[in-house]
Amino acid sequence: MTTITKTPGPRTASAGKAPDQKRDLKIATGLSHVALVAWALITAGPLLWVLLASFKSNTEIFLGKPFALPNSFSFDTYANAWSDAHIGRYFINSVFVVLISTAGTMLFGAMAAYVLARYKFPGNRAIYYLFVSGLAFPTFMALAPLFYILKGLGLLGSFTGLILVYIAYSLPFTIFFLAAFFKSLPYEIEEAATVDGASHVRKFFQIMMPMARSGLVSITIFNIVGQWNQYLLPVVIMSGPGADQKLLLTQGIAQISVSAGYQAEWSTLFAALVLTILPMIVVYAIFQRQIQSGLTAGAVK
Amino acid sequence: MRHGKYPFIIGFLVVPVAIYVTFVVWAYIQAFYLSVYEWSGLGPVENFVGLGNFRKMFDDTTFWQSIKHNVFLLIFLPIITVVLALVFAFLLNVGGGHKGGVTRGVWGSKVYRVIFFFPQLLALAIVAVIFGRVFGPDKSGMLNGLFPESWQPWLFLADERYAMGCILVVLVWQAVGFYVVLFSAGMGNIPTEVYEAAAIDGASRVTLFFRITIPLLWNTVQVAWVYLGIAAFDAFALVNIMTVDRGGPDGATSVLSLMIYRNAFEFSQAGYASALGVVLFFLTLTFAWVTLSATRRESVEA
Repeated sequence: MTTITKTPGPRTASAGKAPDQKRDLKIATGLSHVALVAWALITAGPLLWVLLASFKSNTEIFLGKPFALPNSFSFDTYANAWSDAHIGRYFINSVFVVLISTAGTMLFGAMAAYVLARYKFPGNRAIYYLFVSGLAFPTFMALAPLFYILKGLGLLGSFTGLILVYIAYSLPFTIFFLAAFFKSLPYEIEEAATVDGASHVRKFFQIMMPMARSGLVSITIFNIVGQWNQYLLPVVIMSGPGADQKLLLTQGIAQISVSAGYQAEWSTLFAALVLTILPMIVVYAIFQRQIQSGLTAGAVK
Repeated sequence: MRHGKYPFIIGFLVVPVAIYVTFVVWAYIQAFYLSVYEWSGLGPVENFVGLGNFRKMFDDTTFWQSIKHNVFLLIFLPIITVVLALVFAFLLNVGGGHKGGVTRGVWGSKVYRVIFFFPQLLALAIVAVIFGRVFGPDKSGMLNGLFPESWQPWLFLADERYAMGCILVVLVWQAVGFYVVLFSAGMGNIPTEVYEAAAIDGASRVTLFFRITIPLLWNTVQVAWVYLGIAAFDAFALVNIMTVDRGGPDGATSVLSLMIYRNAFEFSQAGYASALGVVLFFLTLTFAWVTLSATRRESVEA
């Protein structure tokens, strides 16, 4: 980067303008990089710090020097976090719940969206708007009633209850997105299949679902990330007796964080965080492009 | 051909509708219903109080504190995030100038985009745990660790004056990358000829940014604004996990969402919590409506 500043001169359309602009460009590009590198450091800094701290002893952590290397790289803290702090179990719980609820969301969401998008019947619009209106309501509003509904059904503190709630709260956006998508697909192929005698169900699974693949992939990514990152719903639903075995990852880490405050088991907490973040980094490294486009496609209608 | 149409429609709709009505629609209806009762959450719902719960809010200092903090986030979260994201997205997509008739981003823009976006994949709860430590009030906190030995450690979250600012910083930290990618996608749709034509006319990058990028991206910016505004009404995970005494010190970080949660599940005030939920509902709707109508512009055809 140069320190030359451009003196503003009259812009005459003649020689001298081109090199001037070039130097301009160099300075601007240099400044751009400074800004971009700064934000990259701000983004990565806390995560690198967590990684380093996960190998440190509590004494080392309390020395300050956030980016100093640890005395030794031992994986004891990780073993502790995985088994003693139950991160392993929380992790498996989260994977289980998200797998089933995303699959359920996609199946039921696609079914409803397909019917609402491509069949005429009385009440079609009413049901569609019933689903889509869910987008406008803040989840917090329903918090207390939701708890008592689950309690009444005997589903409090159960994976079944949590999965059903995840599906229910993911349906508005999934249906909104997929209905638009199904509408945009051509009708000719479907008609041809009808002539050939394909049933409605068969047309859905064998023709429409494959044709809608790109839309389905986007919204699946959107739902996986959203459900994996849920914190509020598990906190409300996975409560009561016996629920401590069924905590999800976000909830479990938050709990460790609070109790770490008293026991000062910071290194275990940091190891637990790394164990949580690492799979995301791996998945992101592999599917980075699909994830970015999936999530942004999910955001803008 | 019409054979079996209705059984098919009903068969495909019955499960999704049943799940949705049970856990979403019914819960929202109940929220309106419960908001006019004083109900602890145990036993039958009785003791109708009409607007009593809403009147109670007027005298509740925590309520006004929470509103104040939500408004603080509502103003600063979208402004800071959108401005940072727009600038970064511009640098990444157009900042490299033109060579050989192609408008490019600066060198390495793909790498930046990947790094910036990553926080978006982390649960806000996890981000809260991380930043709870980053803002640690002694040398074990990352930021205080960066200060020289001789400095008095900052209290950050334990100081009433800075605690809310810390929350804002974390929300911005997490959100910027997502909007960089979102705006980049929007900028990708702007035909390069538009930039080239302007550049040939001698437009500087600042001019390009304000005269071309922003107007052509206005719809996306508007959507971003609404999303960030809605996020500003939440912040529950951060406040619940990060802050001293959850919402403290001394109510300095209390927000509406935390208040709803605590009233429902800790103070046995399910009726009051529902009333607060109804208020949140109207605030969110009003915000979305005001934003969308205030930012409406003639859309510019590219």
